[in-house]
Amino acid sequence: MMRRSRAGWSFAGPALFMLGLFFFVPVTLAFALSLTDFDLYSLADFNDTRFVGLGNYAELVRTPLFWKALFNTFYFVLVGVPLSIGLSLGAAMLLNGAISKLVGIFRTALFAPVVTTLVAVAVIWRYLLHTRYGMINYVLDAIGIDPVDWLGDPDWAMPAIIFFAVWKNFGYNMVILLAGLQTIPTELYEAARIDGANGWQRFRHVTLPSLGPMLLLVSILTMAGYFQLFAEPYVMTQGGPVESTVSVLYFMYEQGFKWWNLGFASAVAFALFLIMILLTSIQYRIAKARGMV
Amino acid sequence: MMKLGLFALLLAVLAGCGGGDDGREVVRFWAMGREGEVVAELLPEFERLHPDIRVEVQQIPWSSAHEKLLTAFAGDVTPDVAQLGSSWVPELVALGALEPLDTRLRASQAVDPSDYFTGGFGANVIDGRTFGIPWYADTRLLFYRSDLLRGAGYETVPADWAGWLEAMRAVKARSPRNYAIFLPVNEYEPLLALALQQPEPLLRDGGRYGNFRSAGFRRASDFYLNLFREGLAPPLSNTQISNLYDEFARGNFAFYISGPWNIGEFRRRLPADRQDDWMTAPLPGPNGPGASIAGGSSLAVFARSEQKDGAWRLVEFLSRPDIQLRFFQLTGDLPARRSVWQAPLLANDRHVRAFRDQLERAKPPPAVPEWERIGQQLRLVSERAVAGRLSPAQWRATLDADTDRILERRRWMLDREASR
Repeated sequence: MMRRSRAGWSFAGPALFMLGLFFFVPVTLAFALSLTDFDLYSLADFNDTRFVGLGNYAELVRTPLFWKALFNTFYFVLVGVPLSIGLSLGAAMLLNGAISKLVGIFRTALFAPVVTTLVAVAVIWRYLLHTRYGMINYVLDAIGIDPVDWLGDPDWAMPAIIFFAVWKNFGYNMVILLAGLQTIPTELYEAARIDGANGWQRFRHVTLPSLGPMLLLVSILTMAGYFQLFAEPYVMTQGGPVESTVSVLYFMYEQGFKWWNLGFASAVAFALFLIMILLTSIQYRIAKARGMV
Repeated sequence: MMKLGLFALLLAVLAGCGGGDDGREVVRFWAMGREGEVVAELLPEFERLHPDIRVEVQQIPWSSAHEKLLTAFAGDVTPDVAQLGSSWVPELVALGALEPLDTRLRASQAVDPSDYFTGGFGANVIDGRTFGIPWYADTRLLFYRSDLLRGAGYETVPADWAGWLEAMRAVKARSPRNYAIFLPVNEYEPLLALALQQPEPLLRDGGRYGNFRSAGFRRASDFYLNLFREGLAPPLSNTQISNLYDEFARGNFAFYISGPWNIGEFRRRLPADRQDDWMTAPLPGPNGPGASIAGGSSLAVFARSEQKDGAWRLVEFLSRPDIQLRFFQLTGDLPARRSVWQAPLLANDRHVRAFRDQLERAKPPPAVPEWERIGQQLRLVSERAVAGRLSPAQWRATLDADTDRILERRRWMLDREASR
């Protein structure tokens, strides 16, 4: 028994050591940093740092821009996650039911945005979303809708970013859900059809329950990813217009790397971590109650 | 044997790839934006005059320059000399990153402090010590439609606020569907310029507390807010207006507060038949010609540099009047030295003349490291005030509260210094 556990520890040892050194130690230090007021002056002389306990967190609660960032991030998550999962499920079902030889090409084409570099594609999308010369407004104009100032109008900047983010990574979930769909035995569908179920009922009573665990996985991953919205506002709108696309991570970036308030920025990071842990555990509990896990 | 020979050959080749070390002193120079692209053209002359120095220019985009400088300081890889936005000098001085230049200045023949515009040079002097030499000057003043103003009965822009307000009202009265002035709500420079025209400073007690409830800022903020309330300025951000130049050409607004880069832009982007209809003028002040913001960039030598003498030679070279003039020709950035402005190229340019006048009265914003954050708060809170979500009194009180919070660390540090 001793031998086995010793063997187990020595095999897992190096990996645990790396994990500890590059993950747990920095995270603990970051938490310690969030309890101090480390800023530009501390960069000059570390002895000028003061321990402020939960002062940074209290300050965070009093900062209006943090609440705006939180609101923007929740807006992005609440609209983006269902949209993304819905789109990937729809695409997966289309690909699953297709008989054509071109399925492979379509699967690659729909997955392609996932592997593109975010920053490069964001620059291209900035041109697509241009008020006057962008393709999107050109198409809207052809249908007869007035041009929308996507990245300049505070009401439309976040929808534009949601649109872009969903386009960028719905392919990833699509591939996962496609794999899930292909494991559902066709006999279940046949049995349902014999029992007189129509398409929608088959979807609700056969497809969704079978995909349960996979949908939970996909939604947790997507939600966790979407809470960390940063690159899109950073490249496309720089948090504007009028702070309508400032996400929590963008706020943290500004505080930490622009103003060098590393103590405050670490507090923002941990606040986001707490929020995400809370929400994903609620999600998990609901799924467990529904029997999806 | 073959393998050993091949290995030795490989080592020899790799050793030869060790980068051109020709014994010259290497001065690393960080330059930003357009200036970074253009300064390389001036350097061959410098290297000809100083054969023992080689300059390596690193071009940095403005959007990331501030972060890169701070990160370089944290990682102890600062360059020898760098271009710094004038508002960054106090921050880097607080870090102890910059070398004081007073002794070198006194010994120098090329750099003459009295030849520089007072406001611009003053922005580089912290606690009586000089940390940077202005490279080019920048300020904000009025760009206006001279034809619309003439139509309203004014040949020139009045020199004081009362006259300016009357002129704006007259312009608006002639075409009520348009506006008199465009003040983007997401820019704080126009409000800052009006505030700097007041005798009261923006921060009090040596930069410990905000002074936004002073009589001076009250006057400036009331004047600013009134322009929106009277319908003279549209409450829009600069992203909500479709194209600034088109709207200006169309007469959507007659006045716009901006900087020297727009001289070139206006000349390029306004239609040919509008080129005679626009002009620049210094900002009116409360009782006569007013002050404006002193901006621009400075050249600074870093304290941890090992090539400070070489770096200083580069600073002296770029500060020479003839090099400053050539620099202006290449970039359009206004020279920081008064003597350069006597050149015909600048003296005869009708749009640039107003800048010469304004630069004499340019004042820098408060030289505290936290100024950028205070400026951002100024922008955010003033946006809410213009939108009507804060009363004028609440606006000023919020600015003071936010500023006091931002300056809390500075107060603690200053008190600690004082008690030592």
